Amino acid sequence: MATPAPRPRDVVLLGAQRFDSTLGSVVRGLECDGPIALITAGWRDREDEDEELRNHLACKTVNLRLYHRSDEVNARDGDLAKAHRAKQTTLRHKQDFYRIRLEHELAANHVIRQRRAPAEVLMEEEGASVAAIRALDAYHLTQCERVHQEFEQAEGLYERPVIKEHREQIAEALAGCNAVAIAGGHVAALLNRMRLFGIRELLTDQRVFAWSGGGMVVSERIVLFHDSPPQGPGASEVLGSGLGLVPGVVVLPHPRTRLRLDDPGRVGLLARRFDPAQCLAFPEGAHVTFHEGALVRPSAITRLCPDGSCTLLEEQPS
Amino acid sequence: MTSAIRELLAAGPEANIDEWMKGRSFPLVEGKNATLVWRGDADEVRLRHFIFGLETSQPLARIEGTNLWYLEVEIPPRSRVEYKLEVRRGDKNEWIRDPLNPHRAHDPFGANSVLQGAGYEIPVWTRPDPKARAGLLEPFSIHSEAFGEARTGHLYLPPRFRKTRQYPLLVIHDGSDYMRFAGMKTVLDNLIERLEIPALVAVFIDSPDRLREYADDERHARFVTEELSPRLAKRLPLLDTPKGRCLMGASFGGVAALSTAVRYPNYWGRLLLQSGSFAFTDIGHQNHRGPLFNPVVRFMNAFREDPKAISERVFVSCGVYESLIYENRSLVPLLDETGMQVRFVEARDGHNWENWRDRSREGLSWLFPGPLLMIYE
Repeated sequence: MATPAPRPRDVVLLGAQRFDSTLGSVVRGLECDGPIALITAGWRDREDEDEELRNHLACKTVNLRLYHRSDEVNARDGDLAKAHRAKQTTLRHKQDFYRIRLEHELAANHVIRQRRAPAEVLMEEEGASVAAIRALDAYHLTQCERVHQEFEQAEGLYERPVIKEHREQIAEALAGCNAVAIAGGHVAALLNRMRLFGIRELLTDQRVFAWSGGGMVVSERIVLFHDSPPQGPGASEVLGSGLGLVPGVVVLPHPRTRLRLDDPGRVGLLARRFDPAQCLAFPEGAHVTFHEGALVRPSAITRLCPDGSCTLLEEQPS
Repeated sequence: MTSAIRELLAAGPEANIDEWMKGRSFPLVEGKNATLVWRGDADEVRLRHFIFGLETSQPLARIEGTNLWYLEVEIPPRSRVEYKLEVRRGDKNEWIRDPLNPHRAHDPFGANSVLQGAGYEIPVWTRPDPKARAGLLEPFSIHSEAFGEARTGHLYLPPRFRKTRQYPLLVIHDGSDYMRFAGMKTVLDNLIERLEIPALVAVFIDSPDRLREYADDERHARFVTEELSPRLAKRLPLLDTPKGRCLMGASFGGVAALSTAVRYPNYWGRLLLQSGSFAFTDIGHQNHRGPLFNPVVRFMNAFREDPKAISERVFVSCGVYESLIYENRSLVPLLDETGMQVRFVEARDGHNWENWRDRSREGLSWLFPGPLLMIYE
């Protein structure tokens, strides 16, 4: 899409919903009584297993079935499917090479932090190391975006009959809804489907509710993370651009199991990598509304600070 | 010496032992020192343990004028040592579990007490997690042409199993023991829930004569590779690539896994070998471990003579307190030289099921990396 569509007026980001479902009360708190369009493409082939979600929302819903639609697109438009696979292969290679370089930059940062040296020298060198990581993150983000855009332009994506047909159906479904609920799951699967059908450009004045991986996908930049994986040091990495429905935040769901918020070194480095964007941890039950781009009514969200501390997110002064 | 026992000894015959024992947990562990304590009337009390390299039997000393016995031992941090106490009264000898120690480990022969070194904790992912979705376990029986009789076991289908997806296959030797004593069903449920391994199909197999069938027996290799795996693939959506197939086993089960992979090179792309009984000799074929090991020695000597890449990734683990550490350490460079990816992990533990349980996360997640970086539900 050449020109980014305006952001929706209200976007609500929430923590994971599986064990502590707060979505329904948040939706009702905004006096939203449906119909609500559901996007559960992150669940992949389980996309249709949305009964629990529909019961929880207790209003009229319509699942946009983006995952199944993309299967149909692949079946009907072989050339597009082939080009899409090639793009995904390129992206996987890009991610792989980025990861190789990133691991070295992070290892260098770790070594620098362990060194003893005059404070001002250490600060300068450590700052340069973080700048190198930031430059690499930014480079990778640009590269991924270029690959996506080249694919979309080369294939005339939104002019292809099968895509047009689905987009018209989706637009029609959306026209009857006053909100969109975006579930988490596999973030790449979700992002690819939302991009494939240009969902951002199809949104009009619907409110958006997104949780867990869904929240990551609607942010500007998707950061994959896990501080305590069973293998390796747990290096956070940029996956690519999100839909950009909310500005200036990096969405980090599942902090209890995925983040070591008691480790100032890790917290500070993550925050500094993406500064001035705010790294926000969304535990279960947390939520925040972005009203016309401004952050309002945050609840139980932790902000990771560049100095390595964590603070409870407060409402931004207008 | 631990400070608590020093304090008791310093108090002399006037010490109030009941008072001293109150609120303490036993064995006493302070840093690298541990004190085993037993209380009762006996003529002799001895520690019986299974640590290779140390005297397997060590006497506890009785504190003069009391019925309290103690023994100081060194316990390196994060160690696990299984033991029993041997209590002799007259000509009657009894091996008992330490009544003051709540930690127990079970195996096919019963249970042992466990001395946990400082910093050791039972991994949280080995305990049942009420939030984890449960996989389905179902018994199976198939007729084996190789053995000329039926073979039984249990089939594990991961939580939310779907026929539209493709799954890796994990074949676990001594499956019933892995389930009972290493909690493998719980471990699989938890690791899948935590996205540390992908959803996979596991088959827990048993042998009625494991010391023979697991010791490089051609019939076993044929059964697993030509019968079990293809029949499962017909029935279930399994990945049809070497990297989607793993053999796992401990002790003789490790030999079964390795020897099967050697007989069917590049079919099993993943091997998880725990404390494998990889006995070998540098000259002749007589091994000090006895005749049961003779086929293993023949197999290992041949493999060592001409090691070949037979898989893609091999995870090897062994306890440093077991005699097989020598054989396992010797095997790793050989595997490495073939060009296979090899990871070797040593643990301060012995030849037992909880050691194998505790290493399973590291092994499985390296052989089958899960999607934890990509999925946020």
